[in-house]
Formats: sequence, C-alpha cells, structure tokens
Amino acid sequence: MAGLSFDLIALQLFAGLALGAIYVLFAIGLSLIFGMLTVVNFAHGAFYMVGAYVGLYLISLGGNFWLCLVAVPLLIGLFGMAVERVLIRPLYGRGIDYPLLLTFGLSYVMVECVRIAFGKTGYPFDTPEVLQGAVDIGVGYFPLYRLFVIGATAVVLLVLWLFLEKTSFGLIVRAGARDPQIVRVLGVDVSRVWLIVFGIGTAIAGFAGLLAAPLQGVIPEMGGTILAEAFVVTVVGGMGSIGGAVLAGLLVGVVVSMTSLFAPEMAKVSIFALMAIVLIVRPQGFFGRAGLLS
Amino acid sequence: MTEATESIKQSQTSAVGWYEFATRHRASLAAAAILIFPLIMPFTALAVNILIYGLYALGFNLVFGYLGLLSFGHAALFGTGAYLCGIAVVHFDWPWYAAIAAGVFGGLLIALLIGVLAIRTRGIYFAMVTMALSQCIYYVFYQAVDWTGGENGLRGINVRTIDLFGLQIDFINPLVRYYAIAAFVIAALFVMSRILASPFGAAIEAVRENEMRARASGYDVTLTRLLTFVLSGGFCGLAGALQALHLSIVPIEMLHYETSGLVVMIALLGGMGTFFGPMIGAAVYLVLENLVSVWTVHWQLIVGAIFIACVLFFPAGIWGTLIGRGRR
Repeated sequence: MAGLSFDLIALQLFAGLALGAIYVLFAIGLSLIFGMLTVVNFAHGAFYMVGAYVGLYLISLGGNFWLCLVAVPLLIGLFGMAVERVLIRPLYGRGIDYPLLLTFGLSYVMVECVRIAFGKTGYPFDTPEVLQGAVDIGVGYFPLYRLFVIGATAVVLLVLWLFLEKTSFGLIVRAGARDPQIVRVLGVDVSRVWLIVFGIGTAIAGFAGLLAAPLQGVIPEMGGTILAEAFVVTVVGGMGSIGGAVLAGLLVGVVVSMTSLFAPEMAKVSIFALMAIVLIVRPQGFFGRAGLLS
Repeated sequence: MTEATESIKQSQTSAVGWYEFATRHRASLAAAAILIFPLIMPFTALAVNILIYGLYALGFNLVFGYLGLLSFGHAALFGTGAYLCGIAVVHFDWPWYAAIAAGVFGGLLIALLIGVLAIRTRGIYFAMVTMALSQCIYYVFYQAVDWTGGENGLRGINVRTIDLFGLQIDFINPLVRYYAIAAFVIAALFVMSRILASPFGAAIEAVRENEMRARASGYDVTLTRLLTFVLSGGFCGLAGALQALHLSIVPIEMLHYETSGLVVMIALLGGMGTFFGPMIGAAVYLVLENLVSVWTVHWQLIVGAIFIACVLFFPAGIWGTLIGRGRR
C-alpha cells in the first residue's frame, strides 16, 4: 500500500470536492426550483448540457472563457424563463407529476436539437490558459482549474445566499417557498417570482455545465448522467433544502472520488449505496422537512 | 339487482352500453384484438414489438395509473427480466419455460429491492429514487461483463424451437413467434384483469384516490404499494424475458433510463389507469416511430414534442379521451 500515502488521499479528497462542487451547483438549482415551484425539473440535465454547448459555441466564435462565465448563465436563464412561461405555467395546479413529465419530454427535444446542431459525438473543451497547470496546496500539486471550480462554486453560493437572505426579493422567495397562498394574499405577484426563480435555477445549471466542460468534455448525453446523480444528492440532502444540497453534493463528490481511488469498479454504484443507506436511516434526507413531500 | 336499477341502466345511452361491455370483457376483447392483429399489420416483427412493449407498459400502468405512483425506474424491472432470462439460456442452457420463469423472477426480485427502498419516500421523491436506483442496476449489469457482456450486451440467446409437450414449435417463423409470444401476453392480460377486479385491485385504487381514507379503512398502505410494485415487476420481467427471446440479444440500453422514460410515454399516450391504454399506446408509439424514422434520424425530437403535447393537451391519453367521451 505504498502508493496510498496520506498526501494521495488528501489530493483525492480535494478532487472529490471539485467534483462535488459541480453536484452542488446542479442540485441547488434543482432544489431551488422544487422548493419554490414544486416542480421536479427533469430537463435540468439538458439545461446543464446546453450551457456547456453554448460555452463551446461562444468560444468558437472568438469569445473567451471569462465572457462565457457571464454570458452562458444569462442566456440559459433567459431560455429557462421562456420555458417556464410558455410550457410549465399552464400546468400549475394540475398535479405534481405533470411538470415532471413535461420537462422530461423537453429534455428529449433539447438533447436532439443539440445533436442536430453539433452532431452526435462529443467535443473536448480546452481549459482556459490562465487556469492550466497545477499549484502546490501543501499536500501535493493540484490542478489549478479544479481549484477554480471550487472557488467559483463558493462565489455562486455566497451570492445566492446574500440574494436570498439580504434582499427584499429573496424574502419573497423564501416566503413563497413556505406558503405561496399567503404571499399571494399579501399582494405579491407569485407567478413573476416563480418565473425568476426558474430562470435562476436553470442559469445555475448552465453555469455548472460550463464549469464541468473542461473537466470532462461536452457530449449531448452529459446531462442524463448527472441528473440521476443529482437526484441522489437531493435525496441525501433533503429536497428543497439549499444547505442540504451543499453538504450532500460535496459528500457525494468525495464518496465518488474516494471509491474510484480504492475500488474503481464500485465508483458508479457507491453513491446509490449511499442513497440507499440514507433512505433506510433517514428517508427525508439530512435537512429535509418530514412533512414537505407527503 | 332490482327492476328499478335495471330500467335505469337500460334507459342510459348506448355509449355507456359499449363501455360497460368493454369493461366486463376487457381481457377477452384485448385477447381477440391481439389474435387478429398480425392480419392487419404488415410487419410481424413490429407487431411482436408492440406486444412486448404493450406488456411492459401494462405492468408499468399498474403502478402509474392504478396505484398513482410515478416510477422512473421501470427499465430496471424490464431489463433485469431480460438479462436473467438471457443468462439462464446462455450460461445455464435452461429450457425456454425455465428461462422465462427466471425472467419473471428477476422482475419480481428487483421490484422488491427497489420497492422496499423507494416506498419509504412519497410523492415526487418516488420518481427520483426509482430513477436513481435503476441507474444503479444499470451500472451493476454494465460492470458484470462476464455474465452480461457489458457494453456489447448479452448475445447468443438462441431459442429456435419451443418444445411444448412433444410438440415442436418453430420459433424462427415470424407468425408462429408472434402467436407464441401472444399466448404469454394474453395470459398476462387475464391475470391483470383478475388482479384489478379483485378486492386487492380495489385497495390499490383506494390508496391512489385517498391515502388517509384507505389507511383509516384498515388497509396497510405501505404494504399495498410494495405488493403492487412487485406485481408490476413480474409483468415487466415477463415482458423483458420475451424481449430477450425475441431479439436473441439483451442490449444494455434496455436498462437505460430512456427505457424507463419510454414506458411512461407509452402509458401516457395510451391513457394511464385504463386497461387498454398501454397496448394502444405501444401500438401508436411504435407504428409512429417506424413511420417517422423512415424520413428522419432525429426521431427523439418528435418523441419529445409528442410527449410535451400529450402532457399539455391530452393528459388522459388516447383511450382515456375516448372513454371520457363514451361515459358522457
């Protein structure tokens, strides 16, 4: 076991945190949308994938990565808002399954459109030059880009937290998640809030897709895999809980990364085992409210 | 029945008459339709697919339509049925009937496994947990290359003749193959009709309609859900086993979550919670797929668009809309 030094494990832990950061971003959007609109967005993976492709396209037009970090979430967020307005809004009040089914159909359409536009095969996505290479983090050299992913996620989380906790609009969002009826009675246009929340959720998904692109390349099917894994994150963390999504996302990332070090063939299955344990011990997840989903 | 109610019944419109007739003899009617079906379908291979996917959707519909739980993990039940049937033939040289039994057993077992975990959650969680768990099953079969062939799928499930009490049935002949598979599907239809007509069938619908009231009436809601899910696994496992024998290969895509989505789509298209819906949905879906893929490779785009249209405008599905009219 000479190869498995403490440093290697520590490095793998950091790699897990970078992977987890992507899960966190993905799951937070999912959780935000669910907590607010009670819509399980099965197209979330498709928004994530489109985010990566839009980034790829913008860079091929001559844009740089930093521009993409701003433009991609903006474009995907606008697209998400259009989807909410046109497709999802007619389904409110018609049962919780219908938006889920609709977004599932939508993900088919989005994936196929990307296939038509960019072809079925994937593309590599170059890491921006400034972020290439590795830095010494005390226990060994760690890829700079992964460090950047962790940092960018932290920034998004901070901004989101400030937005939800410190602005008056955030107050409305939190109140709307508790009881949309009362919020409406108080004279707030809840449907406008829902529109914006859906936009924010999908924008974060697009941002996550862009961040993940240099790590794993882009391919039309990239959203489907992470969707199932993000469900694990939301089940473990508790649906509709942002703190839960953060903790569970990082945990899932570390679990994947650790099992791929010790038992590579178990890496894909391990997180589902984690979910099974959580379901048996605490069905509502770490931070889930017990009554929320019954 | 008293004379008064009898006369009320007769005074109702004829539309109600055919609906009641169809409900009473639903399994026989479906069986008759299946028997004459290849005579109107030009391609027997497509007709066999419709049978198998119809059976798969029938099993799914028990959970989605009758129990009211949306499962996104039925590919695991369908695929495990196929793999176990295939493994029984390829690795153990079992006869066809034992292989099919193995497939049904596989469906039941995986349904029990997934069910025990997923039933602990309610509402919208159920779709997510079943999808995640079926993805787990996908990876397990994907990794077990020695048994399943991994990415290439399980090949070589060659059943050429079916030996039925000394009678040699030629499984290569398309029409004979159709009727051999139809025999199983028809049997499954009768079993399904029986389950739905039984007190247990009433309990299933009671749980869907009002969980609290069902619980207050003394039904064990959790157990009813689990049993229904496991039963559904039996039907889907049978469909998977038949698919394995039909294709003589089990592609790994059978376990993919798109196979789960496919059955949701078929059930929704045909009409969820209706007896004929799944079969009709499978027929319409597969015929459409065949027609559309003649002129475009981007069939998924059409699928997605139809799916969206169904959710927005036709939530009751084809059969559901028809009987909605018939009842009025």
